[in-house]
Amino acid sequence: MKSTLAPLAALAVVATAAGADEVRVYNWSDYIDEALLEKFETETGLELIYDVFDSNEVLETKMLAGGSGYDVVVPSGTFLQRQIAAGAFQPLDFDKLPNSANLWDVIKDRTEQYDPGNAHSINYMWGTTGIAANVAKVAEALGEEGPLNSLALVFEPENMEKLQSCGVHFLDAPAELIPAALKYLGEDPDSHDPDVIAKAEPLLAAVRPYVLKFHSSEYINALANGDICVAIGWSGDVLQARDRAIEADNGVEIVYNAPVEGALMWFDQMAIPADAPNPEGAHTFLNFIMDAQNMADASNYVYFANGNLASQPLLEEDVIGDPAIYPDEATLENLYTTTPYPSKVQRVVTRMWTRIKSGT
Amino acid sequence: MRRALVIAVPYFWLLALFLVPFLIVLKISLSDTELAIPPYTPTLDLSEGWAGFRAFLAALDLENFTFLTTDDLYWKAYLSSLQIAVVSTFLTLLVGYPIAYGMARADEAWRPTLLMLVILPFWTSFLIRVYSWMGILSQEGYLNQLLVGLGVISEPLTILNTNTAVYIGIVYTYLPFMILPIYATLERMDASLLEAAEDLGCSRLSAFWLVTVPLSKSGIIAGCFLVFIPTIGEFVIPSLLGGSQTLMIGKVLWEEFFSNRDWPVASAVAVILLLILVIPIILFQRNEQRQREAEGK
Repeated sequence: MKSTLAPLAALAVVATAAGADEVRVYNWSDYIDEALLEKFETETGLELIYDVFDSNEVLETKMLAGGSGYDVVVPSGTFLQRQIAAGAFQPLDFDKLPNSANLWDVIKDRTEQYDPGNAHSINYMWGTTGIAANVAKVAEALGEEGPLNSLALVFEPENMEKLQSCGVHFLDAPAELIPAALKYLGEDPDSHDPDVIAKAEPLLAAVRPYVLKFHSSEYINALANGDICVAIGWSGDVLQARDRAIEADNGVEIVYNAPVEGALMWFDQMAIPADAPNPEGAHTFLNFIMDAQNMADASNYVYFANGNLASQPLLEEDVIGDPAIYPDEATLENLYTTTPYPSKVQRVVTRMWTRIKSGT
Repeated sequence: MRRALVIAVPYFWLLALFLVPFLIVLKISLSDTELAIPPYTPTLDLSEGWAGFRAFLAALDLENFTFLTTDDLYWKAYLSSLQIAVVSTFLTLLVGYPIAYGMARADEAWRPTLLMLVILPFWTSFLIRVYSWMGILSQEGYLNQLLVGLGVISEPLTILNTNTAVYIGIVYTYLPFMILPIYATLERMDASLLEAAEDLGCSRLSAFWLVTVPLSKSGIIAGCFLVFIPTIGEFVIPSLLGGSQTLMIGKVLWEEFFSNRDWPVASAVAVILLLILVIPIILFQRNEQRQREAEGK
């Protein structure tokens, strides 16, 4: 919470001094080293207004409403693709982005399916959606054999029933949870067929009574404080929770695992809205972020992998060497990606999600 | 002339702050979704003049309202919101009335201070106060620590992310809205009426039921409406304190708007919600008017 509120407070102070020399960035919460924001201001002389969100849906609504006032936003791949189709983003001017030479082809190849030719966006970070566990509490509930690295931990009612008392959070992100459920069932996680998608419902509905909350950011603190023992969450967020617990020295040990059944790989892309008030400043910000040292600092701080090859020698060993962040070849093979649902299917998915969450 | 002006001001207020936004929402509720900015069609294009307006009207239909009847989610959410609003209004009354009563019976020198204490929490952001309830009610929170520490319970209670937490949050947040109108009527009450009732053989309890409560009826009604109306559409408290089983229309509206990107259906949900709320608001107005007439003002 602290790191979410701090930039907001800064925003309140800065907002009174609006001018032409400012860049407004809208990024995910807990997703940057704040020292970088100050560095950007000192290096460029531009004023940075940094605001945060915790769901793609919120960002997308702002983009589709138009006139968001932001110069740089960070949608995930599938959402980016749909927003490009709606005309929400302007093509990047790569002459103004010399640091784009630092980008990593492995990631560029994969993001191209969302943004053809990578014309509208650059990769900021990427990661997997997996399972967070409080080692001691899970062992207490399930014994030492609790399958920490398998979706069985969260999708088998008998496990979830025992975990209920120590608290389980799921991401409030149907576009990630439904593919995971389908993967567990051996179906195509990227299926857009409502009949296939429907197969995820009984599985999720069976474990839902044991889920304390569906939320996409509260689990970081809840894990770190020991309020919950298991979460389906995003890789770097879980690792941040692990570090907060270590800092607090409260005896909580958190581990992250990409499930052995296969994990969703997602990409958060920086893009410039079509109606950005300061596209010039936005390019300056993107170029700043793509600097090898800056990107390395960001990854070292938030524990997410980035799409910047040049930054890799500058990464700390516990980042580049951690397979939970930079998966090895074998795990990488096992990761899958998804594509956006068409709007008719989206309605089916959202309705199913509401039914799962509320039991109606 | 002056009279017309006096009437015009509130009507202008109503027009600018209620009718115009309502018409915008109504217009969106009659349109269709589209992947564009803004994400619905048709949008009103006045540059084509009258013909453009006619074409715009022709493209509108009631499809989104009929859609709401095809899925039981919507009426379940309306009903559940009504239920939560009714129960929490009742709870707020139960807690608020004794406080207001105590304040009105307190020494006159103390009343401004007590009044201040009721208003004081408003000086802190509403959001921060709801967040602090999360700290109090969570599994490892202060309440559980206290109860476990005192040996009242052995296992921490799960309160956060349940409907109980939502009720606590609503009662806490809206309590001043209940206390203030009740206090206002109780404070104005003539204490000699109670003495008269007791002289005539009433016990203190029956004097309370037969004299005090009826005389504070207008305050009770005002307080109940002030709590009930915002609670029905409440979004922040259920989303922060409630769990996945908390079904409220505010959350359904959020989902239509954000997850489905279906502004037209979201607007249709909002229009229906408004219609549900307009009825109690009219009743409230009537009551106020009758009271004013009774007081001869």
